[in-house]
Amino acid sequence: MMQRLVSVWHARNLEFLRDRATMIFTLLLPIMLVVGMGFVFGGKERPLFKVGVITQSLDKRAHPFLSERYVEFVPIANQAEGLRKVTHQQVDLLLDLHGAPRYWVNTDSPKGYIVEKLLIASAPDAHREPVTGAAVRYVDYLFPGILGMNMMFSCLFGVGYVVLRYRKNGFLKRLHATPLTAFEFLSAQVLSRLGLILFVTIVLYVGIGAIIHFHNAGSVALLLLLAILGALSMVALGLTIAAQFSSEEVVGGLLNLLTWPMMLLSGIWFSLEGSPQWVRWVASIFPLTHVLDAARAVMLDGAGIAQIASDLVYLGVTAVVFLAFGAWSFRWRYD
Amino acid sequence: MSETILEVRNLVKHYSAVIAVNGISLAVPEGMCFGLLGPNGAGKTTTIEIMEGILEATSGEVRYRGAPLDQRFREEAGILFQKTALQDFLTVRQSIRMFRGLYQSGLEVEEVIRLCALEKLADRDNRKLSGGQQQRLLLAIALVNDPKLLFLDEPTTGLDPQARRNFWELIQSIKARRKTIILTTHYMEEAELLCDEIAIVDGGRIIAQGPPRRLLHEHFAEVMLELPRNDFPARARELPLQVIDTPERVEITTDDLDRTLRLLIDSHVPLANLRIRPANLEDLFLKLTGKELRT
Repeated sequence: MMQRLVSVWHARNLEFLRDRATMIFTLLLPIMLVVGMGFVFGGKERPLFKVGVITQSLDKRAHPFLSERYVEFVPIANQAEGLRKVTHQQVDLLLDLHGAPRYWVNTDSPKGYIVEKLLIASAPDAHREPVTGAAVRYVDYLFPGILGMNMMFSCLFGVGYVVLRYRKNGFLKRLHATPLTAFEFLSAQVLSRLGLILFVTIVLYVGIGAIIHFHNAGSVALLLLLAILGALSMVALGLTIAAQFSSEEVVGGLLNLLTWPMMLLSGIWFSLEGSPQWVRWVASIFPLTHVLDAARAVMLDGAGIAQIASDLVYLGVTAVVFLAFGAWSFRWRYD
Repeated sequence: MSETILEVRNLVKHYSAVIAVNGISLAVPEGMCFGLLGPNGAGKTTTIEIMEGILEATSGEVRYRGAPLDQRFREEAGILFQKTALQDFLTVRQSIRMFRGLYQSGLEVEEVIRLCALEKLADRDNRKLSGGQQQRLLLAIALVNDPKLLFLDEPTTGLDPQARRNFWELIQSIKARRKTIILTTHYMEEAELLCDEIAIVDGGRIIAQGPPRRLLHEHFAEVMLELPRNDFPARARELPLQVIDTPERVEITTDDLDRTLRLLIDSHVPLANLRIRPANLEDLFLKLTGKELRT
C-alpha cells in the first residue's frame, strides 16, 4: 500500500513543481495580498471599540449603562476570557454586573479611558480594576486569517480541479486498471497538497511576519500541528467534492458554495463576536473557523495545546471523515 | 491444451435503451493472442472494458483463472486503452516508474524502456511524443508488471502505416514471450498478422469465432475478383455469379476462376482494372454481415 501511495504522491509532486505558472500563482497571490494588507494596516492601530459584559446572554435592562448609544456590548462567557480581551484591547472595558458592578479597563487604551468616563456617569460606585497591555493591531488579527484563507483556497481548488482533470482526460481510468485503491490515490493527493501548503504557509509566515513585525506569543510547533490538521481537513473536504463529479461547473459551483461562506463567516476579516447565535453555529461547522480560532489563540494569546485541543480534534476527525467519504464515493471514470 | 486464463459468460451491457453487448461468451487459453474484430460501434471496447474490470456488466460474468476479477487479476493484467492521458510534466521514464510503483512485482524500468524501444525518448516530456511513440510508452506502462494477460484496445488506431508496422513488430516480440494477449481491432491485417484466434463481433454479438485461417477456409473455398463499379454493367448482374456490392467496387466470389472470367469476357465486361486475390477477414465480415469493417 505504502509503495503505491508514495509512487502516486511523488509523481504528483513532480507534476506540480514543474508547472511553473501554477507554482508562481500559488506563491505570488498570497504574498501580494498580505503585503498589501500590511501596507494598508501595518502602521495604524485600529482596536475594536467594544465593552465586554460577563454574562451568558445580554439583557439591556440589567443596568442603565447597557443602553448607552455608540457602544457595542458583547457577552463574554467568563472573566478569564474577558481579561484576555481587555489586555489585548480587543474590548475596551470589561464589565461584571453580578452583584456590585465591577469593571476592568486597560490603562494603555485611549478608548478604554473614554468608555470608562461613560460608565462612571451611569455607575459611579462601580469598582475599578486596572489592567495593562498593548492593543492587537488589525494586521496582527488579520495575519492568521490571510494564512488560513490562502490555505483554504489551495486545499479546496488545488486538489478539486486536479482530480477533475485526471478524470476527464482518462488518467484516473488508467489508474483504476492497476492495483491502486481510491483511498491510496486520495491519500497521495492529500499528502502531496499538504506538503505544498505547509511549504507555502511557512514561507508566508516567516516572510510576511518579518515585514509586519509580527510576534508569535505561542508555540511554533503547535502552529505547525494546527496547520497540518487544518490543511488535511480542508484538502479532504475538497477531494470529497471532486470524488464524484465530472463537470467543472458543478465542482466549481460547489467549491464556491463552500468557500464564500467560509470567507465571510470563519473570521478571516473580523471577529464574529456579537453576531447572532445561528451565525456562530454555522461558522463552527467550517474547518477554517477552527483553524483561525486556534491560530489566533496561539499566535495572539500564547494558548497551549490544552486550550485548542477541541479545535485540533475537530480538524482531525473531519479529515478522516471527509477522506473516508471521498474514497467511498470515488468515481474513476468520466461518463 | 493450455489452461483457460480468462472466461466470459453471457455478457450483457445496456446503456439506457441501447444494448452494447448482447450475450457474449468466450474463453481465452493461456499464451494465445485473441482478437475481437469488428467495426466501430460493434461493442468491442465495451466488451474488453468489462473483461478488464473497468466497466460493470449489466449481467454475465468474467472469470480470471476461474475466479471473479480480484486484486490478483489487477496485479497480473496489463492494459492499453484506446485513449489514455498521463500526468503532465513527467518524462517517459518517470511515467513508467510511477506505474511500476503501483505493482508488487514486475520488470525493471530500464528493461521495459528497452523492450519498447524508448531508450532515446526516456528523458523526454511525455507530452512531446508522436502518436507512435506515445503508443509505445502506453504499451511500456501496460508491461511494467510483466503481465500474464495483456489487453490492447485498438492499439494502432490513428497511427501512420509505418508506426503501425513498428507497433505490430513490438507486439509480436511480446507474443514471443508467451504472454496472453486480448486485442480489439478493426484492421483485418492486424488481426490476421497477430491473432491466433478471433471473434468477429457485430451488434454486440459474436457472429463467428476461430483461428483466422480456419474461418477463411470454412467460409471461402474461393478467390475474390474485384472490379470498379463503373466497369460492371447492369447486364453483367444477370450472370450466374456471387456478387457483393461495396460503395466503390463489386466483389465476385468464385471457386471456378476460368469459368467466371469466360462469363465476364463473353458479357464484354472490361477487365483492365480487374484484381484477383484470396479472401481475407474483411471479405468474411462482409459476407457474414453485408457491411464493411471500416464503417
